[in-house]
This record gives sequence, C-alpha cells and structure tokens, in this order.
Amino acid sequence: MALQSLDIAKRSATTTEPPQARKTLEVAKLIDVSKCIGCKACQVACMQWNDLRDEVGTCAGTYDNPRDMTDQSWTVMRYAEVETDRGLEWLIRKDGCMHCEDPGCLKACPAPGAIIKYTNGIVDFHQENCIGCGYCIAGCPFNVPRISKKDSKAYKCTLCSDRVAVGLEPACVKVCPTGCISFGSKADMQDLAEERVTELKERGFTNAGLYDPAGVGGTHVMYVLNHADQPTLYSGLPANPTIAPTVTLWKSIAKPLAMAGIAAAALGGLFHYVMKGPNEVSKEVEAEVEKELEAEK
Amino acid sequence: MQLSRRQFFKVAAGGLTGSSLVAMGFSPTAALAEVRSFKLARSTETRNTCPYCSVGCGIIMYSLGDRAKNAHAEIIHIEGDPDHPVNRGTLCPKGAGLLDFVHSKNRLRYPEVREPGSKEWKRVGWDEAFDRIAKLMKEDRDANFVAKNADGTTVNRWLTTGFLAASASSNEAGYITHKVVRNLGMLAFDNQARV
Repeated sequence: MALQSLDIAKRSATTTEPPQARKTLEVAKLIDVSKCIGCKACQVACMQWNDLRDEVGTCAGTYDNPRDMTDQSWTVMRYAEVETDRGLEWLIRKDGCMHCEDPGCLKACPAPGAIIKYTNGIVDFHQENCIGCGYCIAGCPFNVPRISKKDSKAYKCTLCSDRVAVGLEPACVKVCPTGCISFGSKADMQDLAEERVTELKERGFTNAGLYDPAGVGGTHVMYVLNHADQPTLYSGLPANPTIAPTVTLWKSIAKPLAMAGIAAAALGGLFHYVMKGPNEVSKEVEAEVEKELEAEK
Repeated sequence: MQLSRRQFFKVAAGGLTGSSLVAMGFSPTAALAEVRSFKLARSTETRNTCPYCSVGCGIIMYSLGDRAKNAHAEIIHIEGDPDHPVNRGTLCPKGAGLLDFVHSKNRLRYPEVREPGSKEWKRVGWDEAFDRIAKLMKEDRDANFVAKNADGTTVNRWLTTGFLAASASSNEAGYITHKVVRNLGMLAFDNQARV
C-alpha cells in the first residue's frame, strides 16, 4: 500500500472503503491507576516527543498542572481526593484520548481525512485536513479534543502513531518510572489487567476492575481502577460513555435521509425532463394568442 | 480517429462537465492517510547518564546529523536507555525534560569566577580555572596541613578545604574521586547524592 505505514480502518467523511484484506495487530495502552504516583513524567515525555510546550500555568490549589488539556498538553494528570469506605483516598488518573473502537469524534467530523482510525486501533487527527469546526469535541464522550488558538485546528493524543508505526511504544509508556502504563496487544493488556485486578482484590479492593467501556465499542486506552464500580470518582471518568444521541441522530439518520432526499429530487427532475420534456408553447397556440391580441386592438 | 465538428463539441462538453464535478468536490476521495514521519530515523544516538540525582539513569541523546565533518550536531531529543539496568528506559519528569535543560539559556557553559569582594561573575578559560584551583588548593594545604596531632601521632589531615563530588558517578568514578581526595588528606568530602 502506497503512502501509508499503518492500515486504515475508518476515515472521516469518506465513503470509499479502505483496503481490508490484511489483519494487523490491535494494540492498547493499559493505565494501572493503582501504581501511579502522579509524577507527571508522562506529561513531560509527551511534550518532548510531540514537540509541544505549554505555557507556564498558575496554581489552582491542586496538583493538576496544567489545569486542563490544551492543544499543547495532550495528557494531564488529574488528582482527586475522595472519601471511600477505606478512608481518604488520593485517586490520580492520567487523562487523555481513549482511542475508542467506535470513535465519536470521527463520526461527527465533516472534513474528509481529518480524523483517521487505523486498523491497530489508534485514532489520529490529521491537522492538514482539519477545518476547525469543533464537531469532534461535541462527538467525544470523554471531552478530549482541543482547538488551538494559533491555527484553529483540533489536537489530541495520537497514541504516538509515529512511534507505533515503526514498532516503538508511545513516549508516555516508555518513560513511566513505576510501570503504571503498559503497551502491547489489546489481548495482552486485558490479560495483564486481569492479573492486576486479582492482586488488587486480594489486597481488599473488592470492586477493582478493568475500564474498557462497551458503549464506545471498547477503547485502546484502558484503565485498571481500584474502584471500577464508581469510575466517576476518578475526576469524572464517565461510567457509561456513549456517543451523544444528537451526533448519532445527525450522522446515522438525518444525513442519510437528506442525501436520499437530494438524490430523489435530482432523479425526479431527470424523470420529469424525460417524460414531460421542457414546457414549450406550440406555434399554433402562439399564433392564436397573437391573433387575439390584435383583435383586441 | 475521425471526429466531426458535432462530436468534438460533445467530447469537449463532457470533459468539462466531468472535471468541473471533480473540482467542485464530487469525486470520492481515497481512504489514505499517513502518520507523522519518525523523527529520529537517521539521527546519531549517544549514550549518557542523567545529570540530576544519584539514581544515575541511563539516557540516549539523539542528535541531528550523522557525524559528517560539515554537519553540526544539535541534540533534538532525549529519552531513557532501555538497555540501562538502573532505569530500563524509564525516566522521572525531570529526566524526561532534559532536552530543555540542555538548551536552557540559564545553563552554565564555561567556568566563571567571582573574585573576593566582587559582585560580578567573570568568565575564565578552562586552563586558567584548573591552574587557579590547583594553586589555591596547594597554598591552602601547605599552610594548614596537619601531619601530627598534639600527642605526636601521625594524622595527615587537611581540614580547611572540602570536596563536593557529582551525583551521577559510577562506582569507578567514585573510587577514583575518593582516592584523590583522601590521598590529599581531605576529610570534608561528600557527594550530591540527592535531587
């Protein structure tokens, strides 16, 4: 295949089917929040690899820095202090793109080729095709994409598609000093998560589990949560993320209906032209009318 | 091929209509996309040790060019060395941000001296710095070296000068530093073993 190093599964606003004969490895990143110490090495490594530098922020009373994801900060550590049955717990979550199997951003995107889903599961933004409409933000169940003020284009984590394409792990995975972030095939990551969940359950976290939400077809960034029954404890991680009904209604129902309407109108016009032809006045009628007009004079 | 005047107009009109439709965006686009090119493909890799704390993580510095005579190297990326037994590719946030440390405007790049009584730092050459340090150390040692204590026991102490070594020393570098410092009789000796 020419011009690409990863096979494409879906391309925004494109109706032609990508080649599908080959089967590539489905990859995933596993974030075990129970091992995270909140050091932010992943944030720094992300900026280094992707040539991003965010502005120096201000303290808002928490360790969250920057306070939210931006076009320059594609991943942000979110720190939540919550009271659970185990007492006060400090739950730290690395927030960023989840690389959904059924990406809402891609579904909502009207710009051909601005959002790509590769067959290995990575969802990537191609800024050269982005028109800056922001529909990807409306389509995202995790509120991840951010529009840059410099070029009005949307940016988010690429799962280091440039590294994965040459057989490397993402920058955040490589740097993580506690081994909280792992990368590999999705099946391996699910196995690893299962082992870890068993360990956590033995240690008293009875509700520990894997976060791989079915509402978006599963994700290629998964969490091991020690309170998997309450994902919202982790700075508002949605419990049942789904693509917004407005996006589904618009893209799956309204758009095909409108397209059918346009096609029907065009086809109807053609049939009318063929069957009835142009609305012409015959010579006889014209002569009659002229006669009448002269008679009136 | 023979084309009549009428056929020629038909072909021309058909071509114009087709190309206009394509130009107006009615052509289906191919499902193509390419990831950002791998930026380290042919860069030079240099092994080093992170300069911050005494953990001494292994790093790989990626620099522009292939060491050709006319190519001027510049470090473009730094990440952990996966073959290093200490960190196996991982780094802390400080180590992960080394690239900006290397290129920082505030980085000390040459020896400087602040003369007694002066407020200003003055740039000096490496030879000058080494000569000056050696001369001052010798003067101080000659003046303050204690060969024997009050009881007449040989002690060979030099108490008026101390030595602070770097944090990320290997065992071998640490051994040599220790030998040099203790051979001079110096007692106040530490290394910056913490962040």
